[in-house]
Amino acid sequence: MSMPATAHEVTAVHALESVWSRYVFSTDHKVIGLQYLFTGMAMALLGGFMAYVFRMQLAFPDQVVPLYGLVTAREYNALVTNHGSIMIFWVAMPVLIAGFGNFLIPLMIGCDDMVFPRLNRLSYQIFFVSAVIILISLVVPGGGFGGAWTAYPPLSASAQYNHTPWGAPLWLLAVALEFVAFLLGGINFTVTVMNARAPGMTAMRIPIVVWMIVIASLVFMASVGPLVAGAVMLLLDQTVGTRFYDPTAGGDPLLWQHLFWFFGHPEVYVVLLPATGIVAEIITVFARKKLFAYKTILGTSIATGIISFFVWAHHQFVAGIDPRMAHLFTITTLLISIPIAEMLFAFIATLYGGSIELATPMLWALAFIAEFLIGGVTGIFLGANATDIYLHDTYFVVAHFHYTFFPIGIIATFAAVTYWFPKMFGRRMNETLGKLHFWGTIIPFNLIFIPLFLTGAAGQHRRIYSYENFPQLSTPWLNQLAVLATLALIVMFVFQAVFLVNFFWSMRRGEKVGANPWNANTLEWSAPSPPPHGNFAAMPTVYRGPYEYGVPDRELDYWPQHVAS
Amino acid sequence: MSDAADVHTAHVPLATRRSTTGIPTARLAVWWVLASEIVIFGGLIGSYVMLRLHHPHWAEEAAHTNTIAGAFNTFVLLTSSLAAVLAHQAAEARDGRRAARFLGGTILGGLVFLVVKGFEWSHEIAHGFTIFRDVFWSYYYVACGLHGLHVIAGMIIMAIVAADARRGRNLHRVELIGIYWHFVDAVWIFLFPLFYIAK
Repeated sequence: MSMPATAHEVTAVHALESVWSRYVFSTDHKVIGLQYLFTGMAMALLGGFMAYVFRMQLAFPDQVVPLYGLVTAREYNALVTNHGSIMIFWVAMPVLIAGFGNFLIPLMIGCDDMVFPRLNRLSYQIFFVSAVIILISLVVPGGGFGGAWTAYPPLSASAQYNHTPWGAPLWLLAVALEFVAFLLGGINFTVTVMNARAPGMTAMRIPIVVWMIVIASLVFMASVGPLVAGAVMLLLDQTVGTRFYDPTAGGDPLLWQHLFWFFGHPEVYVVLLPATGIVAEIITVFARKKLFAYKTILGTSIATGIISFFVWAHHQFVAGIDPRMAHLFTITTLLISIPIAEMLFAFIATLYGGSIELATPMLWALAFIAEFLIGGVTGIFLGANATDIYLHDTYFVVAHFHYTFFPIGIIATFAAVTYWFPKMFGRRMNETLGKLHFWGTIIPFNLIFIPLFLTGAAGQHRRIYSYENFPQLSTPWLNQLAVLATLALIVMFVFQAVFLVNFFWSMRRGEKVGANPWNANTLEWSAPSPPPHGNFAAMPTVYRGPYEYGVPDRELDYWPQHVAS
Repeated sequence: MSDAADVHTAHVPLATRRSTTGIPTARLAVWWVLASEIVIFGGLIGSYVMLRLHHPHWAEEAAHTNTIAGAFNTFVLLTSSLAAVLAHQAAEARDGRRAARFLGGTILGGLVFLVVKGFEWSHEIAHGFTIFRDVFWSYYYVACGLHGLHVIAGMIIMAIVAADARRGRNLHRVELIGIYWHFVDAVWIFLFPLFYIAK
C-alpha cells in the first residue's frame, strides 16, 4: 500500500511526558475522548443505580432497598430527577458526541488533532466540574433537586415548593456549565470538520458519522441558547427572588416550558444523530456493502435537524395550548418520522444482500434498528394530540422514551465501544463475553419496558412515589408488572459486570490486533492502533468515498479511502 | 499502550494551521460563537417581546427608564466600534502599536458605557425600580445585565489582545475581538428601543 502524503512535521519528542500531562491534562483529542467516555461510564453506573433504587421502591413499596435503605418520597423525586438528568446530560451526550466525536473526527477526516486543542481540553474540564457539581447537589442539605429533569416552574423556581434550597440551584448550575462545555466542544468540532480535512476529503467523502456529529452540534448550538436565557431567569427566580415564572406577579410558567422544550426536543436528535451515524458505519463494514443512499441519509439527517425545531409544543398538549396550534404541532411532529424512517430504510437496504457477519458490534447495530423502531412507532401515539391527552405523563411515555434513548444512549454506545475498541487500545474485546453481555442486556431491557407500556396504557401516572394510595392503580396485575420490570432491571445491571470485566481485561490482556482488524475503509483504520499523539505517520490523501465495499473486479472486498488505486 | 505511543508530534497540531474552506480557523470559530450567542439573546428578547404584548402596563413601567442616557450610551458604544474598525485597519497594516491605541479607545468607550449604566441603575434602584418590582424590571436588569457582562468580557479580552498587539504579536486577533465587539453593539441596538424607546 503506497501512502503518498504531505510531509508531516515531527518536531519534538516528548519522552519526558508525565502521567499527568499525558492522561489528565493532555490536549490530544483521543485522550480527551477517552476521558469523556470514562466519565460517562462512571456516571452511567450512578444513573443506573438510581434507577435500581426507585424501581425497587415501586415494586416493593416502603421496604428497605438493599444497598440503599428506605426511600422517602422526597428522595424518590430526587432519584427520578437526577436519573434523567444524568443519563441524558452526563452519559448520552458526553459519550456519544463528545467522547466518540473527539476520538473519531480528527482520525476520520485525516488530521492530527482538533483545530483548538486547548479549547478542547477546557471544554472537558468544564464538563468535569459540572459532573462534580451535580454529585455535590445530591448530598447538600435538603438533598438533590426533585422537580423532574424538565424542572417546570413554579415547583422548580422556589425552595418553598421543592424543599431543596441548595439542590435546585446546584442542579441548574451543573446543567448550565454542561451546556457551556458542549457549546465550546461543538464549535470546535464544526470548525475542525470545516477547516482541517485531509487533501481529497471532499464533503461527499466525509464518513456519515462525522457529518451527523456536526449536524448534531449545530442543532445543539441553535437550540440551547433560549434555554440558557431561560435558565438564567430560573436561577434568578430561585436565588434572587425575581418572578419571571410566577403567574401571581405577571410572570408565566408556560414560558419555561416553551424555552425548555425548544431545546429539549431537538436534544433528542442531538444524541440520536451521532448514534445513527455510528450504526451506519458499523452495518456497512459488517455487511460488506456500500452504504445505501449516502446522500439521502445526509439529506434526511439535515431535514431531521431542521424539523426538530418545530416539534417542541407536543410536550404541551395538556398545558392549555390553543387546539389549532396543537394540530399544527401534531403535523410537524409526525412529519419528523419521515426522514428518520428513510434513514432506517436505507440501513435495511444496506443490509439487504450483504454478507453479514454477526460480530458483537454488528449485533448491537442491528439491535439499535429493531429497538429504535419500537421507540419511533410508539412516539406516534404521543405526537398526536388526541391520543397524547390520554397517555400524557403515564408510564407509556416512560416506556416510549426509553425505547428511543436506550438504543441511542446505550445500544449505540456499546456498538461503538466494541467496534472502535481495537483502535483505542490496539486489542480486541472478547467475542464470547461480548455476546453474553449483548443478550444479557437486550432481553432484560425489553422485559423492563414492555410491561411499562401496559401499566401506562392502564393509566398508571408517572412520578408517583407509591401507588398504594391509589387502589385502582395498584391491582395485582399492575403490581406484578412492576415487579417484573424491576427484576429485569436487576438482571440487566448484573450483566453490565460482564461488560466491565471484558472492557478492562481486554484493555490489558485482549488479543492484539493490527491497524485494521475489521477490514474497514475509513481513515482511522490507516493509523496505528492505538494512534500516537498526532495520529498519522504521514498525512493521508483521500481518493474516494468511505463505503467502497464489495466493489466488482477488485481482489479485496474493501478499498480504503487513502489507497491510491 | 503500544510502542507507537512514543512517536510524538509538535505541541501545535497541523490542524490549527490548515484551512480547507479558505477562511481562517479562528475567524470561523468567532462566527460560530456569535451564532450561539444570537440564540441566547434571541431567547431572552423573544420572550420579552411575547410577554410585553400580553402586558400593556409594561409601557408605563418603561416610561421610567432614562431615554437620554440610553441614547448617549448607544452613541458611545457605536463610536467605540469605529475605534475597533480602525484598530483592525492598523493591524492589517502590521502597525501593532497603532492597533493597540485604537483598542484602548474601544475599551474606554466600554468603560464610559458601563459608568453611565451604573448611574442609571443606582438612580432607578434608589427610586424603587428594583428587579423585584415587576417582570418588566426583571427583564430590564437581566437583559441589560447579560449585555453588560458581555461588554466587560469583551473589554478584558480586548486588553489582552491590545497588550499582545503592542508587541506585534497575534495581530489577527484584533479583527476577531472587533467582530465580537460589533456583535455586542448589535445586541444593544435591539435592547435600546425595546427598553428605552417603546414606551
